[in-house]
Amino acid sequence: MNDWTHHLIIAPVLLPVIAAAILLFIDERSRILKALVSLAAALLLVVISFVLFRIESGPNDFEGVYLLGNWAAPFGIVLVLDALSALMLLLTSLLGLAALVYSLARWHTVGAHFHTMFQLLLMGVNGAFLTGDLFNLFVFFEVMLAASYGLLLHGSGPLRVKAGMHYIAVNLAAALLFLIGVSLIYGTAGTLNMADLAARIPDIEPDRRMLMEAGAGVLGIAFLIKAGMWPLCFWLPTAYSAASAPVAGIFAILSKLGIYVILRLTMLLFSDGPSAGFGSDVLLYGGIATLIFGTVGVLASQALGRLAGFSVLVSSGTLLMVLGINDGAVSSGALLYLVSSTLTIGAFFMLIELVERGQDAGANVLAVTMEAYGDADEDEPEEGDGVTMPGTMAILGICFAACGILLAGLPPLSGFVAKFAMLSAMMGTGAIGVPPTAAVWTLVALVILSGVASLISMTRAGIRTFWSSIEGTVPRVLVIEIVPVMFLLSLTLALTVQAGPAMQYMDTTIRTLANPSIYIDTVKNAIVVESYKDRAGAREGSE
Amino acid sequence: MEIILSIAIGVMTTCGVWLLLRPRTYQVIVGLCMLSYAVNLFIFGVGGVKTNVPPLLTDDVATGALADPVPQALVLTAIVIGFATTALFLVVLLASRGLTGTDHVDGRGDRK
Repeated sequence: MNDWTHHLIIAPVLLPVIAAAILLFIDERSRILKALVSLAAALLLVVISFVLFRIESGPNDFEGVYLLGNWAAPFGIVLVLDALSALMLLLTSLLGLAALVYSLARWHTVGAHFHTMFQLLLMGVNGAFLTGDLFNLFVFFEVMLAASYGLLLHGSGPLRVKAGMHYIAVNLAAALLFLIGVSLIYGTAGTLNMADLAARIPDIEPDRRMLMEAGAGVLGIAFLIKAGMWPLCFWLPTAYSAASAPVAGIFAILSKLGIYVILRLTMLLFSDGPSAGFGSDVLLYGGIATLIFGTVGVLASQALGRLAGFSVLVSSGTLLMVLGINDGAVSSGALLYLVSSTLTIGAFFMLIELVERGQDAGANVLAVTMEAYGDADEDEPEEGDGVTMPGTMAILGICFAACGILLAGLPPLSGFVAKFAMLSAMMGTGAIGVPPTAAVWTLVALVILSGVASLISMTRAGIRTFWSSIEGTVPRVLVIEIVPVMFLLSLTLALTVQAGPAMQYMDTTIRTLANPSIYIDTVKNAIVVESYKDRAGAREGSE
Repeated sequence: MEIILSIAIGVMTTCGVWLLLRPRTYQVIVGLCMLSYAVNLFIFGVGGVKTNVPPLLTDDVATGALADPVPQALVLTAIVIGFATTALFLVVLLASRGLTGTDHVDGRGDRK
């Protein structure tokens, strides 16, 4: 690996922060310039993360450790790029690009500093994916959260301010839990470097072990709040549905960030030794509760925004439950599901705003109430001579149907492939003659039922929106608004077509994660770059 | 020293949690401040409570008599971040007060 690609590791953090700094100095009135700078940064980020992903998915052994300030591993802060973080970076940058292009249609003009906050959010998310240090993770988490507070409030209005206030209060409390957890872990293990921590945890004395596990538990709560595990999730549907469309789209990655950290830390810290499997019961049962709560919420949602918010919970619940099973093959299916559901939910949040533009607010609530209590007038509307479907509605309808298929996990899109991968691994298709236990059947039934609930809700909403809209007004949709949605959906299509290589990548990722000594050795053996002085000294000595 | 520190942390956490669950936004923000003070003290205490020892390793300091510098660095970061987010929350609180006309966390006044 040559020098410049090594420096690329820090680029996903540096690029957005530089872009954000430049954007701060551009006057709010020169919108086009701001949009161009932001767009260029987002595009470049996609390119960089794609290059990193290609390197990581290649056959060569990649030493993806970046020593910040050139301090050796346990003393300085490290950034670590491995298969999992490269995947998440690519996902973030693609989703970010789509949300940004979408926002250029109108959302970026409704308030100040949209682009700055957007870039800072990307910086925080990327940093959290890359960092190999617990406290540094806290810092990146806070950067991401601070930017997300601003973005959630973007566009203002009483609803957003109220939801934003709840969101901020919940997340400030979560940040405090994060700090308590981190300091407990530092107090007992004496290090914050994740690799060093993983190496030390199996050897902690029993009297300190309990305190360390308590710290890890408190730390886990902070991430579970972000991921939205029941009963820590009541803020989520409100906050996500109150956010403006592109913001809600990019927020789809935030709940997955919580999942990512949980996956990373449980696989790294608690894979062997006396604390092996710590917390996986909580994940399993919490995931089941979240899945049930999300499913009921999806069925009960009247507005589309809330439907999408509860879909986030369904996907979080599925992931937590599946990660709680703690089995390699199941987890790699879960990883594919994570990618697919992030793309889907991101696209869905952006699509909702376009679809709802044609209706008055509250029309959906009214429609559901009417369904429940029976229509006041049952008269058949007069049959026209076959209404010609406007092109816009057709495209929106196709996108909506695709979202429904993806959320429900029906073939042919990637939602199906991902769920199939998880379920077949759960039921153990490989082992012949071993029937799945009742517990496994229950989990499988839950996953399928949640899909059915999504399908029912999406069909109901779709019929209401596209087939029986009373006013029949066609929403005015700009091309740059529908293209990002179609882009995200076509990515899921690509994921379906390339399901084989994708699954292979996920398998390799999980196998690497399941063997923490690889991570530990890579970080600990990272070589400090020789300083200029030493090199000069060596040359003088040899002469 | 340790007992005073732990009592202080406990009392502040108790007050903070109680205030956090109150219905008025001002109480919530004071509760969050209290909690963050408690957490900051807690981080500080994790490094071990020592008086009159330097956090820096120099030639004339025995390695045993050394305050752990890492929690001190952590607490500084936590203070800065906590301060910034509290200030941000204060702004949102005022915006909510202006938009809804009440300081209730749900934007609705109490039923009298």
